[in-house]
Amino acid sequence: MRAAPPGIERRQYLLEIGGAIALAAAAAIGLPRALELFAVINATVFVSLAVLALSLALIWGFGGILCFGQAAFFGLGGYAYAVAALNLSDTTYAVPIALLVPTAAAAALGYVMFFGRISDVYMGVITLTVTLILFNFSNSTAGDEWRIGAAPLGGFNGIPSTPPLNVPGQPGAALPPEAIFRIAVACLALCYILAKLVLRSSFGRVVIAIKENELRAELLGYDARLYKLGIFSLGGFMAGIAGLLFASCVFVSPTMFSLSYSAQIIIWVMVGGLGTLAGPIIGCILLQMLTTWAGTLRDISPSVILGVILMLVVLALPKGLLPTAFAIAGRLRRGDRR
Amino acid sequence: MDVDLALAVLLQALTGIGTLVIISLGLAVIFGMMRVINLAHGEFLMLGGYSAILAVKAGANIWIGMLLVAPVVVGAVGFVVERVLIRHLYGRMIDTMLATWGLSLALIGGVTMIFGNSVSGFSAPLGSVAIGGFRTSGYSLFLIGAAAALVVCIWLVLRFTALGLIARGTMQNPDIAATLGVSPARVYAITFTIGAALSGLAGGLIAPLSGVVPTMGAAYIAKAFITVITGGSAILAGTLSASVLLGAVNTVGTFLTTPVLGEVVLLIVAIVLLRLLPRGITGRFFRGAL
Repeated sequence: MRAAPPGIERRQYLLEIGGAIALAAAAAIGLPRALELFAVINATVFVSLAVLALSLALIWGFGGILCFGQAAFFGLGGYAYAVAALNLSDTTYAVPIALLVPTAAAAALGYVMFFGRISDVYMGVITLTVTLILFNFSNSTAGDEWRIGAAPLGGFNGIPSTPPLNVPGQPGAALPPEAIFRIAVACLALCYILAKLVLRSSFGRVVIAIKENELRAELLGYDARLYKLGIFSLGGFMAGIAGLLFASCVFVSPTMFSLSYSAQIIIWVMVGGLGTLAGPIIGCILLQMLTTWAGTLRDISPSVILGVILMLVVLALPKGLLPTAFAIAGRLRRGDRR
Repeated sequence: MDVDLALAVLLQALTGIGTLVIISLGLAVIFGMMRVINLAHGEFLMLGGYSAILAVKAGANIWIGMLLVAPVVVGAVGFVVERVLIRHLYGRMIDTMLATWGLSLALIGGVTMIFGNSVSGFSAPLGSVAIGGFRTSGYSLFLIGAAAALVVCIWLVLRFTALGLIARGTMQNPDIAATLGVSPARVYAITFTIGAALSGLAGGLIAPLSGVVPTMGAAYIAKAFITVITGGSAILAGTLSASVLLGAVNTVGTFLTTPVLGEVVLLIVAIVLLRLLPRGITGRFFRGAL
């Protein structure tokens, strides 16, 4: 990437953060008024999945870590939230637990992978395998003997009684879906800003340097393993937020760990544009809307449409939507100047 | 433990190993040799299963359906897929994954639209065989034999035929192969077609055991990938050694606990193995094997 003069770079950076806040505020205020209740809940799901897409955009697009198992942290966040909330019968303290569990899991898994110096492809397989273990395990927890405290794990059916978020400190006062939607939008905006801040910090710059050339960064004295571990844990933390939001507006079930989620996250990032933060969010929401729309068609199966679109995107837009759009815009601007 | 029980467990382990070999070989060719992450591998199996069933329902002999129709049909599908989709994506490993995921979705959706979302199947031939004090199905004995025969056939082709030599050379270095007068594009197309045909054959072979549904691929794809990757760069020795190890672990785990926990044990062993041998089994042992 060509380095812009510091003043312009700073202005663009502030513009992006300001734009994110403005967009989030507009969505949080406007959408619940404009949409019906069902659509609001649906939108909350989209937003929580967008947080998930953002988590992979960060660790893959900027950390160079292709994680096939982001769904593992998503599911762990959801399950930790559901189990803690059912046991405490209050979601106030379930929230920090739901963030701690996936972060710790990501740190442990990252330790094994980065300090074992496992190469790219095998890293993908290990993360995928961990997800599958969790999927198989959570599927096999039907029956009364599988319960953690007051929370039955429910096997294939998951935990349908997952409680929605309540007003902090007031277990009886469950938040309405509109409020949960607003919280989800706020979380998405905060995660985006957090990612921007991290990438601008000296830690983030080293992470990007390691992605560009690991050997060079190590020769300059940076311990690549530690930096990768850091960014990977941050990704696990964000996936945990996504899982918590998803759990509080739907409920947790083993599908959160499923292969189809793991692969979809990668697809959102690729369709939106690898190496950007906003692209994967856009890709996620667009593809979710497309899937929902395709589900309403009667004569043709939605997965056929989705599948064909994916193949076309790979062949026609290998860089993803956002970078392609920027490239076209850039070409037009240069054309104007001439 | 008495002899009969030990024999029964041994036979079950061999069946598990044979099944793993059968479902992994097609992927070993496509992913192991060509470095194309084929997420539609499970759907190739599914198409093989459906081809076999349709052939049997149309009155064909059950063996012809499984051993001939299934690989030919899926091989043809693989050829078309390679020409239309995959050939644009060589060297772009992550993109092959995205494109084949799309293919997998489209195939699941398309087959569901045509045949519906219900399980169909045909019963396994060969009845049951008495060994000592217990009976086992003759078909699982056949599967073990089929896996062994397939491995031997592929080894013979790769080791002793011109096609095998050219394919191995092209995968190692397409540019040098091209300077020697080989057309890499053609070799890739043939190799992919053979890989798809092997997957189709596998689908036909497992159809009597598992039944056939449009979504059946998901049950096999992860296991196949893990087997191939745990095996490492030598596709035959790798797939075989990984299948032996993981299949045995799976069977013993299933025997001691439940089928689901048996699969969990398989996956945990695969992770530990990759941590110890990051380049797969054949990165350390059996080096230079095929």
